[in-house]
Amino acid sequence: MATMPHPDSREDHDRAPLPNKDVQDMSVDSDVAADAVAAEGSGRKRRVKKVRVKQEYNRREVLTAYAFISPWIIGFLVFTAGAMIYSLVISFSRYQLATGAMRPIGLANYEGLFQDPKVMTSLGNTLFYAVLAVPLEITFALFLALLLDRVTRGAGVFRTLYYLPKMTPAVATAAVFFLLLNGNQGAINKGLAAIGIQGPQWLLDPNWVKPSIVIMTLWGVSGTMVIFLAALKNVPRDLYEVAQIDGAGPVRRFFSITLPMISGALFFNIIVLTIAALQTFDQAYLLFYRDQVQGASDASLFYAVYLFQQAFRQFNFGFAAAMAWLIFVIIMVISLVQVKLGNRFVYYENER
Amino acid sequence: MAIDTRTPPPQTSAAEPEETVDPRRRRSWRAGAVIFGILKWALLVGFAMLFLYPLVWLLAASLKPRGQVFDNRLIPLTFQPENYVKVWDELPLLAWVGNSLLIAILAAGFVTISSSLVAWGFAHFRFPGRNILFGVVLATMMLPGAVTLVPQYLIWNNLGLVGTNVPLWGMNLFGSAFYIFLQRQFFLGLPREIFEAARVDGVSQWGMFWRMVFPLSIPSFIIVFLFEFQASWNNLQAALIYLNAGSAEGYTVPLGIASAMTKYSPTNGGHGDYQYVMVAALVVTLPMLLLFAFGQRYFVEGVATQGRKG
Repeated sequence: MATMPHPDSREDHDRAPLPNKDVQDMSVDSDVAADAVAAEGSGRKRRVKKVRVKQEYNRREVLTAYAFISPWIIGFLVFTAGAMIYSLVISFSRYQLATGAMRPIGLANYEGLFQDPKVMTSLGNTLFYAVLAVPLEITFALFLALLLDRVTRGAGVFRTLYYLPKMTPAVATAAVFFLLLNGNQGAINKGLAAIGIQGPQWLLDPNWVKPSIVIMTLWGVSGTMVIFLAALKNVPRDLYEVAQIDGAGPVRRFFSITLPMISGALFFNIIVLTIAALQTFDQAYLLFYRDQVQGASDASLFYAVYLFQQAFRQFNFGFAAAMAWLIFVIIMVISLVQVKLGNRFVYYENER
Repeated sequence: MAIDTRTPPPQTSAAEPEETVDPRRRRSWRAGAVIFGILKWALLVGFAMLFLYPLVWLLAASLKPRGQVFDNRLIPLTFQPENYVKVWDELPLLAWVGNSLLIAILAAGFVTISSSLVAWGFAHFRFPGRNILFGVVLATMMLPGAVTLVPQYLIWNNLGLVGTNVPLWGMNLFGSAFYIFLQRQFFLGLPREIFEAARVDGVSQWGMFWRMVFPLSIPSFIIVFLFEFQASWNNLQAALIYLNAGSAEGYTVPLGIASAMTKYSPTNGGHGDYQYVMVAALVVTLPMLLLFAFGQRYFVEGVATQGRKG
């Protein structure tokens, strides 16, 4: 990337949140746009009018290209764009499954969101869980990656062992931890008792329900670890050597070299894990809601679980659609804030 | 960006900082390194045991009689391999595995083909609106599944396909944003000249995709297939939504295990025969571990690519 966007033009070239070169380059992909940005960079505040160069396309090639991407276009129009519009319509209606009739009821579903205490409870639970889980996952995954990065012999063996939990289906994980986390006889509390700690009733005590799910999530943190590991492998080793000669200790090297150099992967992981945490369903459903018996009070009611119940147990499609739009807006706002904050701290090698 | 060239070449021009450090400092540094080395290996092995423990525990529990499931011995006091026979009789495990296998193969096969075709369209051709459309592909990656959950159900319901397994793989015919992104990345790394040469030789676009792009990109095709196979094999929510009305014979494995957990749960009138649930859990886990044994490199490469910058 030869040209550099002018700092003022940042807003015009919002980067997609993925820390990937091609994604970053997308906004200035064509030569025309790049020229426009270069002109802009040379001191003029006002946006330079884009020079319209008539692109020459080969008709046959264009048709072939559209043929290749047509599956995605059809799928997008029906199952994404169409479904979103449909969802919006449903959220303003009362939907009768038996007849398929929709009666418009205005904002009633959205007003209902704030009148149903369970919506707010489940939202609070989910946000609390995300705030608890994401920093722990990031720290643990980064710690493991740093540890594995230092191994020369047997690195493959350890990486494989660490990755196995990620291959274990969520149902099996939940089934095993259902027993390991048992308050009276479970292995975790027996282990804690061995070192003199009285473990809690993990799955029954409302205060420990969310930490229980965090423990299960941490067990499967290796996907995040692998992304960190790949980023660590990309840090030029000579940087460390130079720093060492300059007398920088391990802690200083970590904060001054490692962390800035992997900041792209760090922010990617934070965003992805946050979105995943806000949509947590499997573990909560399997442990507490599978037989429609209320679990450990409402402490285990996650947003995705309540949405599922509303949609496919109560068949309140309109209400569920409104719930979906609420979490959509929340996720988008959180992601946007993270991306904006991230752009200040993330170091991109190819953007100097 | 070919798979094999992703690891950076070894640094041959390594500086030797020891030369400049005075000998006393070097000795203390070495003592520190030994302690650090021991600590590092202790941590590595410790975490490995921590990660393995639940899996070994699962295997052990599946072989125990009811009263001993919670004794936490990793080698059962009493071996009761009959658990496996009993589960086979009590639960339609074979049917679940068969259903899951069929759905996972269809889902993975379709998404691999469709996503690759779309990715090739974006990687190889120049056409108006390409960047905007690809931006939309990336944007859909961020879309929370909840937003389209209800309307997609209603679409399948209107088509009369709820209760069949079609909704569990049908959408895979249209490609999936993440795999399109992954494949496009891979295709962009292929040398353009050979395709231009092939065009000159009169190879059709379709022929080029199957006879050149596919053989050159087998690793990335395997990554996409394995990823979607795993995702489909584990998919609980879609099975709950689309299959729940049907009989237990039609369940997939995740749905089956969920029902087994309920069946044996004491709160539901069961006797707490968790050893049977453990057998079923092991049966769903083993195929994944086998798949990982064969495709380890692809899984790790695929995940690593996901978060890779330029």
